Amino acid sequence: MSGNPTLERIASGNGLALCATGSWTARFAPVLERMVADAEKLGGTRPNIVIDASRVSKLDTFGAWLIERLRRSLTQGGVEAQIAGLSANYSSLVDEVRRVKAEPIVETDRVTIAGMLEQIGRSVAGVGGTLIGLIEMLGAVLAAAGHVLIRPRGFRLTSTIHHLEQVCWRAVPIVVLITFLIGCIISQQGIFHFRKFGADIFVVDMLGVLVLREIGVLLVAIMVAGRSGSAYTAELGSMKMREEIDALRTMGFDPIEVLILPRMLALVLALPILAFLGAMAALYGGGLVAWLYGGVDPEAFLLRLRDAISIDHFIVGIIKAPVMAAVIGIVACVEGLAVQGSAESLGQHTTSSVVKGIFFVIVMDGVFAIFFASIGM
Amino acid sequence: MAGEISDAIIRVRDITVQFGKTRVLDGLNLDVKRGEILGFVGPSGAGKSVLTRTIIGLVPKIAGSIEVFGVDLDAASAAERRGVERRWGILFQQGALFSSLTVRQNIQFPVREYLKVSQRLLDEIMVAKLGMVGLRPEVADRYPSELSGGMIKRVALARALALDPELVFLDEPTSGLDPIGAGDFDELVRTLQRTLGLTVFMVTHDLDSLYTACDRIAVLGNGKIIAAGSIADMQASQHPWLRQYFHGKRARAVMG
Repeated sequence: MSGNPTLERIASGNGLALCATGSWTARFAPVLERMVADAEKLGGTRPNIVIDASRVSKLDTFGAWLIERLRRSLTQGGVEAQIAGLSANYSSLVDEVRRVKAEPIVETDRVTIAGMLEQIGRSVAGVGGTLIGLIEMLGAVLAAAGHVLIRPRGFRLTSTIHHLEQVCWRAVPIVVLITFLIGCIISQQGIFHFRKFGADIFVVDMLGVLVLREIGVLLVAIMVAGRSGSAYTAELGSMKMREEIDALRTMGFDPIEVLILPRMLALVLALPILAFLGAMAALYGGGLVAWLYGGVDPEAFLLRLRDAISIDHFIVGIIKAPVMAAVIGIVACVEGLAVQGSAESLGQHTTSSVVKGIFFVIVMDGVFAIFFASIGM
Repeated sequence: MAGEISDAIIRVRDITVQFGKTRVLDGLNLDVKRGEILGFVGPSGAGKSVLTRTIIGLVPKIAGSIEVFGVDLDAASAAERRGVERRWGILFQQGALFSSLTVRQNIQFPVREYLKVSQRLLDEIMVAKLGMVGLRPEVADRYPSELSGGMIKRVALARALALDPELVFLDEPTSGLDPIGAGDFDELVRTLQRTLGLTVFMVTHDLDSLYTACDRIAVLGNGKIIAAGSIADMQASQHPWLRQYFHGKRARAVMG
């Protein structure tokens, strides 16, 4: 490896020779840049300056460009500057960089208050776009479903079963575990507070109503949005990035029918099943805690449960499940298809798929609550 | 077989690579001389890319040793390895540009990480590199997804050359380029080799590149180097695959 680069100044008559030595390579770029910046200040002090590169031991693009940059800025300062002593190999490199036009590139988009306000405005206006996008996707999925109903051969059973395994069967352990724990916690908290009034047994009412009507399905829907909604977005998004969806379309297949319908169907079937299993696990967990912690033995628990809840509670809960599944699926698919070419965009849309999915699930739950209250269920 | 070369920049000895039960490389030996352009050919699926990826450390080998710049990569410390990595540049087959960075950021990324230089110099070097690979500075603010296949190749080469490496690996650099672009590319590789003393390890199927750009050609088959030498040696070879490769219809067309 050759030595550190230097740039010596040697006066010759009324001119000046800048004598470059050592290795002018990327490794020494920071040093070189400082040296060249110093030498650039010589502009205007002498009528002519020669940059003598004959003692440069090694030169690469960085060095060549810095020599060329020095020549240019000296010339601009009214000095007659030239480069001398380049070996044949190196002079072709300098010729190469000589073609570089060095207009400073201005960075665009700076952060301003107006820009931030504009951003907010665009986001608000974007909400409308999101809703329209969701409705469009709902329409497209329903149309594809109709198409499949008329022509059942177009239905992709294998794909649907595959997705059902992914979103339902493989989700069972984690869903059951989490809902079981939530059931335990609700029951423990209930007993802890109800005991002050000597009303331990009412924990069964609370647990039953809460789990079957609200918490069971809501929690499971949120878990599914995080687990399967994100997977759908990532799958569809990376297929979009690699032009697989375009390829499908050019072969005469409808991506909605081939990719999205099986996924939607799998999700709509999976969520009620998971919600039911989740509710059972939560009740079991709650019952266990009521027995071990609250001293409510299983027989008393079941008797009380039978009195406290009716089939209505269960129906209210389970009816919400497929609707929430549809919302999660549609949000996930819209976001997946909105992915642009970059890895960053895939990440953004997956995040937004989960966030929007959970948001819409909770909104839907509110809408259902009002609806069931007004029909007296 | 390629004899011992004292000035080898890459020295591969008895490399064996296996995926499951398939043995892709089987006791392979290869030397690459400093300052040469080595063209690397072989049938599709013979393991050309695997060898490249093994040398740069992306595919684990089950036996053998690899020396690059005289450093044994298995024995090297993390710092030594980084030192080696800073001195080579790699052009992947699909470009492998960072999709969430612009062209400018892609090219500047290695420079920014390794050298403490001003933004101005970064921009100027970026423009110079773009010019070298035949692109206009206007593409600097585009994202990889907004580039054509050929442009991606060129930007990826510019990124591979960003730090002025001593050794570059090119995995099918001219595939996906139009013939004129491919010709320019060969020319560019030649110029860089002349001016920077670059060593080039080029996996290619482009006969034109083999004829015009490469100093030496190595042929991979059955997990070994079946032949290595000049283009004339290749044409004189009696190996059936080589005969087909260098005397087939397309080869005749290239030779005129």
